[in-house]
Amino acid sequence: MQSTVEYDSNGSIKVSKPNRGQTILKWLIIGSAIFTVVGFFLMDYTGLDLTQAIPMTIDNLGQMFLSPSLNNTTWSNALWQVAVTLSLGFLATILGAIISLFLAFGTAVNLSKPWLSNTIKAFITVIRAVPTVLWVLIFAIAAGLGSVAAVIGMIFHSVAYLVKAYSEAFEEVDEGKIEALRASGASYGHILFQVIVPQTKSYLISWTFLRFEINFGVAVAMGAAAGAGGIGYELFMSSSFYYDMQEVGAITLIILVVAIILELIANRLKVSA
Amino acid sequence: MRQTQTINAKDINIIQKKNLMLLLTVVIIVGLIMLASYITEYNHVDGILSIPAAISWMASNLMFSQSTLANLGSVLRLLWETVLISIVATTTASVFAIVFALMGSSLTYLNKPLMYLAKIIASISRNIPVVAWALILVISFGTNSMTGFLALFFGSFGFLVRAFIETIDEGSRDSVEALNATGATYWHTIFKAVLPGSMPQMFSWILFMIETNIRSATLVGLLTGTGIGYLFDLYYKQLNYEMVTLITLAIVLAVLIIEAISNIIRREIL
Repeated sequence: MQSTVEYDSNGSIKVSKPNRGQTILKWLIIGSAIFTVVGFFLMDYTGLDLTQAIPMTIDNLGQMFLSPSLNNTTWSNALWQVAVTLSLGFLATILGAIISLFLAFGTAVNLSKPWLSNTIKAFITVIRAVPTVLWVLIFAIAAGLGSVAAVIGMIFHSVAYLVKAYSEAFEEVDEGKIEALRASGASYGHILFQVIVPQTKSYLISWTFLRFEINFGVAVAMGAAAGAGGIGYELFMSSSFYYDMQEVGAITLIILVVAIILELIANRLKVSA
Repeated sequence: MRQTQTINAKDINIIQKKNLMLLLTVVIIVGLIMLASYITEYNHVDGILSIPAAISWMASNLMFSQSTLANLGSVLRLLWETVLISIVATTTASVFAIVFALMGSSLTYLNKPLMYLAKIIASISRNIPVVAWALILVISFGTNSMTGFLALFFGSFGFLVRAFIETIDEGSRDSVEALNATGATYWHTIFKAVLPGSMPQMFSWILFMIETNIRSATLVGLLTGTGIGYLFDLYYKQLNYEMVTLITLAIVLAVLIIEAISNIIRREIL
């Protein structure tokens, strides 16, 4: 008699059969686990002495967080530099948001033609593939190192991120509402600014603020790596030039506090959206 | 008659109010932009002018000379190193992140103090920017792959914990409740319901993190003198712009290929 019950290697009855997706996922997880283990052996460890590096890191972290102090700069200067970094992030976010809003009208499939939507999407994928720091450095060749290159470079990534978020929010808007307005003879501009934007306003604000939170971190990075100034530059100077761990600690704590405040606001906006 | 008039007047009032609010918002935003421009000494005209300048610069460096192409081998070797660090850092971070997410999720927490501890550790790790990690670690670990690996590890870990907690909270509520009702133990619930249920979404987050990390790895490399970021910095400072363009193109291609692969994987598992 042919059994319809399948047994596994232990002789117990199989109660479920994995589908294609689950089988693939299983092999992917096994594959990445193997890759990770092999990857550790393939990495370049020249000049690494763990017996020295680990105690030194712990010692540095101890100095940073247990006795932070600003030795080469003043509190008022540090706070001013935070304001500079926040302003860089704000400029990139708000200018990016304005550009993104119009690009997103062209990207959302329910408001645009397929060819336009696909063109913008392809364009954005390429923009996103270039790391922000490379954008900033590329613009620095044309505009010189400083806030102009940093803001323009950061705008590129903000646009790539926000267009995707905005257009997905627009696509969620009820098709019936758009149709009703079209039937009543409303113009394209009316549809966009009387229905689409008011309907998705809280999402737009929440996503924009989330990008502002990200851009604060990016602006810190650009200060350290691309001469954009701000608190990131102070961090770079104190760690790479003065080797002053107490100051690195103080600056890191300042950044941490600002970032956590921004994250809390972003979470609040996301919940209410 | 009188009634219609009052309604009309009210309507006008609403529209006026709406326009006033809109005007106020615009004024505030413009004010903030001007304030921010003043603080950062940002010049909007220069900003707009730099875009065509940068595009024409890119176009003029697209024709690679023979000497530039000869360096392709070393570019690809360092690119591979960068990709390797990004993937290994993400997968390692995800293992730790799953444990912390299980401790931090409101569905699967063991006890309250541990839940808050897990959330606080994740929040600190996520909110210290990757650059700060890189600059701190490079002092003691020196310029090798380990520094980049650890910097990316800490950044990804915090982000993944947050993403995984959301995944568990969204996807597993019903199944956890159902299993609790049948009297299943804690570990049964975790391994038979929570993890299998949220694994596809978690893997999707891991793929997203790998894409992000390849870009961050360039930044970390620039600061710590490792990988493709170091090579970029080297030629950038030598003003060898053909090499700069070649490296940028190599990174773009690598990111696009990884994105394409993750999209295929996502389609299969989600």
